[in-house]
Amino acid sequence: MPVAPTPAERFIQGILPENPVYRQLLGLCPTLAVTNGLKAALTMAGAVAFVLFCANIVTSMIRHLLKPHLRIVIFTLIIATFVTITDRFLAAYMYNMSKTLGPYIPLIIVNCIIICRCEVCASRQSMFTAAADALGQAGGFALALASIAAVREVLGTGQLFGIQVLPTVWPNWIIMILPPGAFMTLGLLLGAVNWIQLRRSEKAGQTSE
Amino acid sequence: MKPLPPLDPIASSALERLKHNYILQAWLVLMLALFFGASLAVVHLRLGPRIEQNKANETRHRIPEIILGSARAEDPARQERALTSSARTISVKKQGRELLYTVYEARHPEGNLAGWVAKAAGQGYADKVELLIGFSPSVDAITGIFVLDQKETPGLGNKITTVDWRSQFAEIKTAQPVEVIKSGAKRPNQIDAITGATISSRSVTRIVNTTVEDLRGPLAALARNAKD
Repeated sequence: MPVAPTPAERFIQGILPENPVYRQLLGLCPTLAVTNGLKAALTMAGAVAFVLFCANIVTSMIRHLLKPHLRIVIFTLIIATFVTITDRFLAAYMYNMSKTLGPYIPLIIVNCIIICRCEVCASRQSMFTAAADALGQAGGFALALASIAAVREVLGTGQLFGIQVLPTVWPNWIIMILPPGAFMTLGLLLGAVNWIQLRRSEKAGQTSE
Repeated sequence: MKPLPPLDPIASSALERLKHNYILQAWLVLMLALFFGASLAVVHLRLGPRIEQNKANETRHRIPEIILGSARAEDPARQERALTSSARTISVKKQGRELLYTVYEARHPEGNLAGWVAKAAGQGYADKVELLIGFSPSVDAITGIFVLDQKETPGLGNKITTVDWRSQFAEIKTAQPVEVIKSGAKRPNQIDAITGATISSRSVTRIVNTTVEDLRGPLAALARNAKD
């Protein structure tokens, strides 16, 4: 029987080796939809991090009470609660951001990353491991969103966080902040990450021989 | 007619097992639902007023733009002579039902009426669309509209919030209803639909037309009274 990963392993794996976007291809809806600016992308990453962290901890707390055929209902219940709290919080304290993100905050309920972590890690391992896992995966998700958003915002508007970084002669590639830009950026970055991974594993293979 | 034979009593052990099982299986779901429901109620009680306040602030903030047009509202010379607004509720009887409209009355600093802004809502393509609709003081023309809340399709229907599209409503006369044309609106009461979002465009226009129909009379009467 394979040994369950330790908290540290869970944390590290989430950042890059099992990055939710680049390696598992999960949570692509917000990845494509809200990455036309760094601010929106990081707010979304923060919201997902909060929901993921809380959902993982609660799930881990009640993991001995879960019944196999009722677990998904319970995961969804837990996730929906924390998403609603996040949504109300944003509407109360970050009203404009809440309007920018619109339906994508409620849609975190169906974000596969969270239900996947509840299923894979939190419903099987201790609270500490589940918390480390949530932080790792949330960090990986934030990294992925930030990288895509940075590319799109710079090329599309010449700005980062709304501050001009490219000379104003830069012809803004409007397409980058429109939906096609999201698909192109994700595709290219996905290819790059996989290529680097492949190169590294090839090198590792050569040295071990 | 023969009476139906009585049903066999359910074996007590089976009944008990069934009951036992359902409750046993669902107790966690039920408990969590109750607990989470209660905590969400608390969150809503704490944050609800603040969210309503945010919405109200946004409404007030938008009133100059809707009545004066964005160019004139942003003119720094006008900023100091900001409009003052006060809210009132107007009830309209329609088909035996009473509809309530929140209407903001905007006044110039000198005290003369600048226009009216009505809050209206209706079904959009995806969900409820909430609008602010501005009228000239005599309610003979629309001065502009603003979308307060919408959940239309991102990239298509949500273009109803863009200034480009909204500005089509400015200066349309209220004497006849606004019409939506697929493209190339010619007559003064026609507007272009958003490409790929005809339903969203029509929904907004329908809300505007209904509001005009409901409020033209009462607001014009109020405006006349204010003058006297």
